[in-house]
Amino acid sequence: MHELPVTQSILKIALDHAEKANAQRITALNIVMGELSSMVDDSIQFYWEIVARDTIAEKATLNFRRVPAELQCMTCFHKYHPTDKELVCPQCGGVGAKIIAGEEFALESIDVE
Amino acid sequence: MPTNIPVVENILNANDRLAQENQARIDAAGVFSINIIASPGAGKTSLIEQTLPLLKDKLRVAVVDGDIATSIDADRAAQAGALASIQVNTGGDCHLDAVMLRGALEQLDLTQFDLLIVENVGNLVCPANFKLGTHKTVLVASVPEGDDKPYKYPGTYRGVDALIINKVDLLPYVNFRMDYFQQGVQVLNPGVTTFPLSCRTGEGLAAWVGWLVQNAKK
Repeated sequence: MHELPVTQSILKIALDHAEKANAQRITALNIVMGELSSMVDDSIQFYWEIVARDTIAEKATLNFRRVPAELQCMTCFHKYHPTDKELVCPQCGGVGAKIIAGEEFALESIDVE
Repeated sequence: MPTNIPVVENILNANDRLAQENQARIDAAGVFSINIIASPGAGKTSLIEQTLPLLKDKLRVAVVDGDIATSIDADRAAQAGALASIQVNTGGDCHLDAVMLRGALEQLDLTQFDLLIVENVGNLVCPANFKLGTHKTVLVASVPEGDDKPYKYPGTYRGVDALIINKVDLLPYVNFRMDYFQQGVQVLNPGVTTFPLSCRTGEGLAAWVGWLVQNAKK
């Protein structure tokens, strides 16, 4: 449900940067989205078509780069992908891990003309 | 030929900036503030209801209640002794955000309070992403929800400053493996302050109230 304000925010960031670059048109937005970010790309796509209407980003494509979650065990420093059943380190069984990837949610770049 | 312009901007920046402004406003008034998050039915409102009478004569408390609709929770907080209770209806949104909290703060004279309790919308996913500007985030888990929640909502369990395990009086009746639950918590949030308690029997509430008082008097 929160994807509407989030999509508006993506549009605003893109338009601000396009304006600074004196761009005529935004052709693509490159978004990085971590597995743990709890954002839904289909939903952003759906709202995008509504919020971008009548702007220079109207026809832009949304490209999502998905980043899998990665934890690093703070005991043996093994890096692993957590599952929804197991979070402890598969190598040493240690608890106390750092999330090193998967929380990203950013607009990386835009393609403009 | 399109040109690529690097942006690298966190999409939730606008909310994060507003959250910082909220925190500055709360700090300026010398108030300690918490954001309570939980799934629906975990006992956020019951916790506030049971906590307020125990804080009477200790802390002056304001409660901001977020809900999709109705003012049931804010009414319950007022009845339990909150000096002010503000209802924020999110109009269908699944979480409070910094703009909504700012609107609520504008209705309060913060200098009249020691503790601000923000009760977020019942939801284990979205509130974790939207900072409000409170000092601490408190997660209320509850025994009947099951022991797998830390595994399913790692982002939420990781980001909290205190964890309440509510409804411990039901432990004999449900299949809740405390060690499995705690193991999930410890992976992502080692050493997090934890309060097992029961809003129904009152067991464990004293430690939680002590934590609030200690933080508010700092």
